[in-house]
Amino acid sequence: MPNDGAAEVDTVARDGVDIELGLEILRRMLRIRRFEERVEALHGSGELLGAVHLYVGQEGVAGAVCAALRDDDFITSNHRGHGHVVGKGGELSRCMAELFARSTGYCGGKGGSMHLADMSLGIIGANGIVGAGIPIATGAALSSSMRGTDQVSVCFFGDGAANEGSFHESLNLAAIWSLPVVYVCENNGWGEATRMEVVTARGAIAPRAEAYGIPSATVDGNDALAVHAVASTAIARARAGEGPTLIEAMTRRMHEHSQGSEMILGRMRPDEELDLWRARDPIAALRSKLAGAGAEASELDALDESITAEAHAAVEFARSSPHPDPASAFTDVWADDADATGGAAS
Amino acid sequence: MVTKAITAALDEELARDERVFVMGVDVEAALMGRTSGLATKYPGRIRNTPISEHATLGAGVGAAATGMRPVVDLMMSNFLYVAFDQLANNAGKLRYMMGGSLSCPLTIMVSTGAPGGMAAQHSDSPYAQVINLGGIKVLLPTTPADAKGMLKSAIRDPNPVLFLVHSGVGAIRGEVPDGEHLVPLGSARIAREGEDVTVVGLGVMVHRAVSAAEQLEAEGTSVEVIDPRSLHPLDYDTIFASVEKTGRLVVVDEARRSCSLGSEIVARVAVEAFGSLKAPPRLIANPDVHVPFAPELERQVIPQVEDIAESIRSLTAAVAGR
Repeated sequence: MPNDGAAEVDTVARDGVDIELGLEILRRMLRIRRFEERVEALHGSGELLGAVHLYVGQEGVAGAVCAALRDDDFITSNHRGHGHVVGKGGELSRCMAELFARSTGYCGGKGGSMHLADMSLGIIGANGIVGAGIPIATGAALSSSMRGTDQVSVCFFGDGAANEGSFHESLNLAAIWSLPVVYVCENNGWGEATRMEVVTARGAIAPRAEAYGIPSATVDGNDALAVHAVASTAIARARAGEGPTLIEAMTRRMHEHSQGSEMILGRMRPDEELDLWRARDPIAALRSKLAGAGAEASELDALDESITAEAHAAVEFARSSPHPDPASAFTDVWADDADATGGAAS
Repeated sequence: MVTKAITAALDEELARDERVFVMGVDVEAALMGRTSGLATKYPGRIRNTPISEHATLGAGVGAAATGMRPVVDLMMSNFLYVAFDQLANNAGKLRYMMGGSLSCPLTIMVSTGAPGGMAAQHSDSPYAQVINLGGIKVLLPTTPADAKGMLKSAIRDPNPVLFLVHSGVGAIRGEVPDGEHLVPLGSARIAREGEDVTVVGLGVMVHRAVSAAEQLEAEGTSVEVIDPRSLHPLDYDTIFASVEKTGRLVVVDEARRSCSLGSEIVARVAVEAFGSLKAPPRLIANPDVHVPFAPELERQVIPQVEDIAESIRSLTAAVAGR
């Protein structure tokens, strides 16, 4: 049964810091950050083609939410998807190889940045259509509920997507069917070159949950432990069959909408805004908290170093990977007809 | 009846495979007649949705990608357009973009064509557009046996399949084989054999072509009627073989002519079987106007038996000795 009204889920005040949990979240966040730093450099130098939409600055959301999920839980992602895919455990080498358009990439070189997927980790893919992942995640939740498993689906999307019809239809559907889905809106204040408040009635996303009788929470997306607490509560609710939750995580991306868009649009955001958020870097904040709680600096440094090495190794793996076989342009439109009759491949 | 054959197919596949379920507006009450009696027989698996085509089809995509076999009933072809992003950008594309790492065994079911008196927003034939999206199989059976066998195959197919129920064939009666009856996708049906001209019909146009063929037979012309029934993949080989035999082609498509599937069939024959043709191929289709409400206006824009008969007569007028 849907909840009555929009009960705010309190962000849990953490008196003590669970260092082991904190390290796990930090590990995920660093994997995202060090990966994106490589991507930024490579795209800037022209070695990577196409569009990349960097997740730098938002790691507190993907890292923390994914740390609260199991490998067999599902996520859908959007065009700014490296963060979600890596956060869920995606291999840096296969992500990078895909950006390099090599056959060893997650999509065999046929998708690129916006279509990374790894079904073994429940990643139903980054998606290049704003809002498209919202109904898909809802369907994955329907699937687990009908199959009788306790798998949860998490949908990552931005403030812009919350104005798509798909958002409203999906929340309504999830509410009436009490589906095990957590909708995580990364409100980074900007949709490409437009401030969120200009195009969003009431200037906030979380209150929309009340219209559908779904609980909601607004959380500081750059406080990874707070995000984890809110997400854990929502995921537990879903897993227990108590239905969906909408989480609005306030954050900022540190780069422009997509790399290269600065040349077209110029810098849209004032320096003061970027400086404010740079000072609230989620990785620095979590490191600081862990250090304050007793984690050794050497341990934190070692973690960062090994992840940085992993990111560099991913680049070398990608660079030395083969290009796709030309014949692969013609495959994977149709799945093999394992139990259909006849079913001509075309 | 075609509608009853569809219900029988759903019943059998629901019984056979627990992953199969149906969702759509008013499928519990079986407003379209296709799911009659199934809601009580399969509790929880015939799911009424809100009127939310986009989310319903998208949820079908997500459920299909994660272990289920959904049948999404969006009622009528024009309502597909409301869900077009999930159809165009997702259902047919996810597998390819993701290098084959997921599949989308989803069946989408809608009525197509003009039911009569329903006007422009309830009378479209969307198959050409959907074929051109890529990655979606498209089926248009015209007999109860084919409806049953092809829907069963569609549900078992690991790809997204658009299963179309032509408005003009719902009440068409015919024999359905006993037992497990599956029709492989991608094979055409020869509805009537003949020697002098090949007529390819789509949807109810197959039946109108057969009626025209009966008239022409009495006049001494032998007409072969082909029902592709599977529109994508489409069995062009059967059409080429027929044109090789007859040398003459008429294609009848209840759709606006520009960029229609009928025009694609004409083009393929012209390009790949040109040597077989004794005369230019003919296309009978709706003009590029919408389907009007008034019955006499609607009859004008949708191909009728007499239009088909007249086209065949003029095409075969030069046949010597007949």
